[in-house]
Amino acid sequence: MKFVKDILDKQRPMFQKGGRFEKFYYLFEAGETFMFTPDHTTDSKGAQIRDAVDLKRLMMTVVIAMIPCLIYGMWNVGHQHFIATGEVASLGQKLWVGVYVVLPMLLVSYGAGGLVEVIFGIIRKHPINEGFLVTGMLIPLVLPPTTPLWQIALGTIFAVVIAKEAFGGTGMNVLNIAMTARAFLYFAYPAQMSGENVWTYLGDATPVEGYSGATSLAVAYNASVEGTHTVVAAMGDSWYANLYDFKNLFLGAIPGSVGETSVLMALIGAAILIVTEVGSWKIIFSVFGGALFMGYLFNLFGLNAFMEMPPHYHLVIGGLAFGAVFMATDPVTAAHTERGKWIYGFLIGVLTVLIRVVNPAYPEGIMLAVLLMNVFAPLIDFYVVQANKKRRLKRATI
Amino acid sequence: MELLSLGVRSIFVENMVFAYFLGMCSYLAVSKKVSTAVGLGFAVIFVLTITVPANWLIKEFVLKEGALSWLGAGYADVDLSFLQFIMFIAIIAAMVQLVEMIIEKVSPALYGSLGIFLPLIAVNCAILGSSLFMVQKDLNLVESTVYGFSSGIGWFLAIIALAAIRERLKYSNVPDGLKGLGITMLITGLMGLAFQSFIGIAI
Repeated sequence: MKFVKDILDKQRPMFQKGGRFEKFYYLFEAGETFMFTPDHTTDSKGAQIRDAVDLKRLMMTVVIAMIPCLIYGMWNVGHQHFIATGEVASLGQKLWVGVYVVLPMLLVSYGAGGLVEVIFGIIRKHPINEGFLVTGMLIPLVLPPTTPLWQIALGTIFAVVIAKEAFGGTGMNVLNIAMTARAFLYFAYPAQMSGENVWTYLGDATPVEGYSGATSLAVAYNASVEGTHTVVAAMGDSWYANLYDFKNLFLGAIPGSVGETSVLMALIGAAILIVTEVGSWKIIFSVFGGALFMGYLFNLFGLNAFMEMPPHYHLVIGGLAFGAVFMATDPVTAAHTERGKWIYGFLIGVLTVLIRVVNPAYPEGIMLAVLLMNVFAPLIDFYVVQANKKRRLKRATI
Repeated sequence: MELLSLGVRSIFVENMVFAYFLGMCSYLAVSKKVSTAVGLGFAVIFVLTITVPANWLIKEFVLKEGALSWLGAGYADVDLSFLQFIMFIAIIAAMVQLVEMIIEKVSPALYGSLGIFLPLIAVNCAILGSSLFMVQKDLNLVESTVYGFSSGIGWFLAIIALAAIRERLKYSNVPDGLKGLGITMLITGLMGLAFQSFIGIAI
């Protein structure tokens, strides 16, 4: 690595004050600190923290935690493609189709968002960091594989400019950036973001007889509208053998957004985030807890088949697991106080199931539940802090 | 059940701020601190809960076509609904005066921090808006009380959430041109996006 360092050191004067490319200093700095630990340290007055993990390494941990979801998502795009066309394909072929579909999405999202980030970094003189690598990867993972690339670019640029840079960049936003991009695209282009025909990449191929691209959520919802089957029976009765049985829902070989289908992969990501203490286990657990609680509550009412669905099914259908692990735990937009995290996560779980079951306008609730709780997270924090103050004051006067 | 559905709908689905963008002036101006926002929010809830049913009474017994028939048969075809706006505004202004006096008496500190915005509730369009929606929706007395109360709750939730976000914005680095109202408008838009989650809920 020494020679890379030497090259960088040689270039440095050009980018420093008075150099030819002074304007592009933060671009240079971003490239340098991507590879090497920054050498600037806190001066004697500031808070002293001795830790090799800084914001950059933290963000890279999240990226690493998402890689299982990404790779599995690529395989699944291929897998869904071949079962829809009725061809038998090897693992390699499936992966190839997945890479062919997902890689351009990823590159467009990184390219568009990265460009905006660099422009803002240079004009507003703030450091560019790996935060964008996380957002840029999340965006394609939460979109259907058939999303047109220009929409991905548009959504990414909207979210980075309006939800992030307008607030001052990494760590200062109010809403989760990837969810903002997803919600923007959902409301701007509903035809490409919902329905039954967007979740499976078909290409030019024609699907087999009886094919349906419905997601597990759509199956559950339709069952409740028809009212003749229970949801579990409707899922057992899929056009492709065992497509929606519990094991398959857990593993994630089902139609859906690129990276969100697999609960198993999301849990692997969760394990990485929890062990490295990057993501809060409190939020992840309380989202699942909230969803289960609301599922049980609906069971008590039992007005239609969706309400009667066994609560643990809520954890494996749709994007709940992925959202709980990667969206809800975003340390910037989540509640900051420890007790607030429990409330925040629990309400996300409750709202997700509530939107799924009672709101016919949206098949999936996790996106809007996370956004809504992002809006209320500062308020939760405010009241947690107030309660804490009150408690301690009381103790102090006794 | 009907009333509960009406309440939930007017708090979340037809939120005064995020669905109709009503009452924006005080919403934007008094949302710098949570404590003040809570105070104004309660005042708005209070005023709404009183004015909507009060206006319902006025509409039903004075303004509507044939409403004056209780005065005698000669008044059966009098239609005063062209006076609706001016009467509603007069009622609202009177109620706001009342609230102002109560707050001044009960909590002088809150009275001080609300300042000019308290009398301004009189021209808060969310208040007049609810009364007009009440006419449009053709509610009865109980329903209009519930409607006024829950619209107030919806507005209250919106303003305290915004105030908490704006308190957190102290740590942000907003571009100079966007500071103040600019970023607040952006936040309101983004909050509206999040509130879309309730559109379409039918209980």
